[in-house]
Amino acid sequence: MNATLIRIEELAKHYPVPKRKLFEKRQSVRAVDGVSFTIAEGEIFGLVGESGCGKSTTGQMIVQLVKETKGDIYYRGGKINGLSASDMKGLRRELQIVFQDPSSSLNPKKTVGWLLEEPLIIHGIGNKRERREIVAETLEQVGLDAGYAKRYPHELSGGQKQRVGIAAALVLKPKFIVIDEAVSALDVSVQSQILNLLIELRDKLRLTYLFISHDLNVIQYISDRIGVMYLGKLVELFDAGSAAPLHPYTKALFSAIPDVQGTAERIVLKGDVPNPIRPPSGCAFHPRCPLATERCSEERPSLRPVTSAHLVSCHLYEQEGGLT
Amino acid sequence: MTESLLEMNNLEVSFAIGKRKYPALRKLSFRIGPKERVGIVGESGCGKSLTSLSAMGLLPESAAVTDGEIVLDGKPMSGAKEEDWRRARGKQVAMIFQDPMTALNPLMPVGRQIAEMALTHQNIKPKEAKKLALEMMEKVGLSRVDQLYGEYPHRLSGGMMQRIMIATALICEPKLLIADEPTTALDVTIQAQILELLREINRRTDTAMLFISHDLGVVREVCERVIVMYAGYIVEDAPVRDVLEHPRHPYTTALLQALPRPDKKGRPLYAIPGRVPPLTERGEGCPFAGRCPQASALCESVTPELGLTDQRHRVRCHLYAKERMSG
Repeated sequence: MNATLIRIEELAKHYPVPKRKLFEKRQSVRAVDGVSFTIAEGEIFGLVGESGCGKSTTGQMIVQLVKETKGDIYYRGGKINGLSASDMKGLRRELQIVFQDPSSSLNPKKTVGWLLEEPLIIHGIGNKRERREIVAETLEQVGLDAGYAKRYPHELSGGQKQRVGIAAALVLKPKFIVIDEAVSALDVSVQSQILNLLIELRDKLRLTYLFISHDLNVIQYISDRIGVMYLGKLVELFDAGSAAPLHPYTKALFSAIPDVQGTAERIVLKGDVPNPIRPPSGCAFHPRCPLATERCSEERPSLRPVTSAHLVSCHLYEQEGGLT
Repeated sequence: MTESLLEMNNLEVSFAIGKRKYPALRKLSFRIGPKERVGIVGESGCGKSLTSLSAMGLLPESAAVTDGEIVLDGKPMSGAKEEDWRRARGKQVAMIFQDPMTALNPLMPVGRQIAEMALTHQNIKPKEAKKLALEMMEKVGLSRVDQLYGEYPHRLSGGMMQRIMIATALICEPKLLIADEPTTALDVTIQAQILELLREINRRTDTAMLFISHDLGVVREVCERVIVMYAGYIVEDAPVRDVLEHPRHPYTTALLQALPRPDKKGRPLYAIPGRVPPLTERGEGCPFAGRCPQASALCESVTPELGLTDQRHRVRCHLYAKERMSG
């Protein structure tokens, strides 16, 4: 296994909920509630879950676009939360993010060349001619020819825009990129081009990704390891490809993927994801869990290893050796 | 097949851009019989939503039927006035849309929106409409309906709103339900619930379904037959399993190869070169010729016909022309 690049410990983000009455107790949404994992150098770590589970907030905290409420983030063993703005600026070169919707994350009034050159200017890299060269080189890396530098975002198709979004993250030569639902808005034929590009770039530039998506087919295809989140917590962590999911939520989630080859038996969960302001007692999943017992409503399970590479947060797997 | 609920005969729908007309649907012919569940799949811009809007008489102002005809429940709708369409909507065809957040009126309690539909299309009293609406809400799997009746849309989850949309569409007992990407905005576990509900409705009430989606997996779950569209044309039309397991059109094959799946891990995905030609750049010849690995000179110049390759399988591709003649 390669060296650890990113480590997060008990990371949490709580958002205050506006009061409705003057003397009401201040409430908060626990968007992310004590999440810990590590990402090894060169790894693609997939983070999956339904809307509101906290996967995007986790990604944004790691690159420090959102300030954490609690917990720590380490990059190459050094703590990066609480760094001064100038120290953080240096680190931002190495930690980048690609967003879901390239149409709204690219400034419509600027050319592609300007969009890619701006981060270089901010970080004081090269002179004008050198910067142009870097921009042309980066465009080529994402499969666009240098002529695209003169175009505006509205002149590009969805796939081309997402290539520019990726180029904007690559231009500072980062080590780690958070890829937040970057292929979710794309059509299948374009999606496959972008997925191929991301894997090719990882191999060529020795990058590490945190790949966030709600699309389980994409996550299973691209990830080395998969973390599953539910209501702000990590409920399962396992090697993609080799291990089958164990947590009842993950099992239901994976069985719900509509598959072109037809699926095995489906577990249809009842009800909606509960309100994160008042999460259920005990295990947050117990009201929807087909296997819940009394204990699940009272005691919150912790994330424990079932095998050395497979962690599950469920009372069913707490016995010695685990259940299968 | 004797009767059909919806029939498209050689339909062409065009957009007027400047002084020119650009056809966005071309030579569209298919029919849906009672109880049938038909899916339409394709990428953005292929014309799948335009097809459903045509069937509802809800074409945008810039678009118009320029050739062919739409037949609803045996009645040709060419030259139909808005009034005729209004009468057909609700009872013959009803539609559910992709995003319930924008399709529901945010200022009206959800129960009243369902009841209003019944009041508009049926000759009944407000009290009966409310009773019908409450019954319908229970049928689509909502609980505590008396309380829910007076709630506003923003208080509901996405899954609940989509159930309200389905109740609204079904209250007049339409013969054909058109669902345009009804689960695209929902999470997978909620999607599974809604797909289950749609299948159950079809089983219980004999409502036929035209199901539009970009997701072949979802279509396999719900439909018996699938129509694959590309750049305004139907390129393949056959039973779902045949299309997914033995696709014939090179576009369908490419689409299936491009899907990320766990068993393709570690291998690059098939990437279809190029992109869907935009509306203004579609000329003669096969629409897929520019991206097709098997294209010949013929494909560039002559648009292939949508022909039967066997009894239940139609393909628009020159590769199957010989097969057609012998069969």
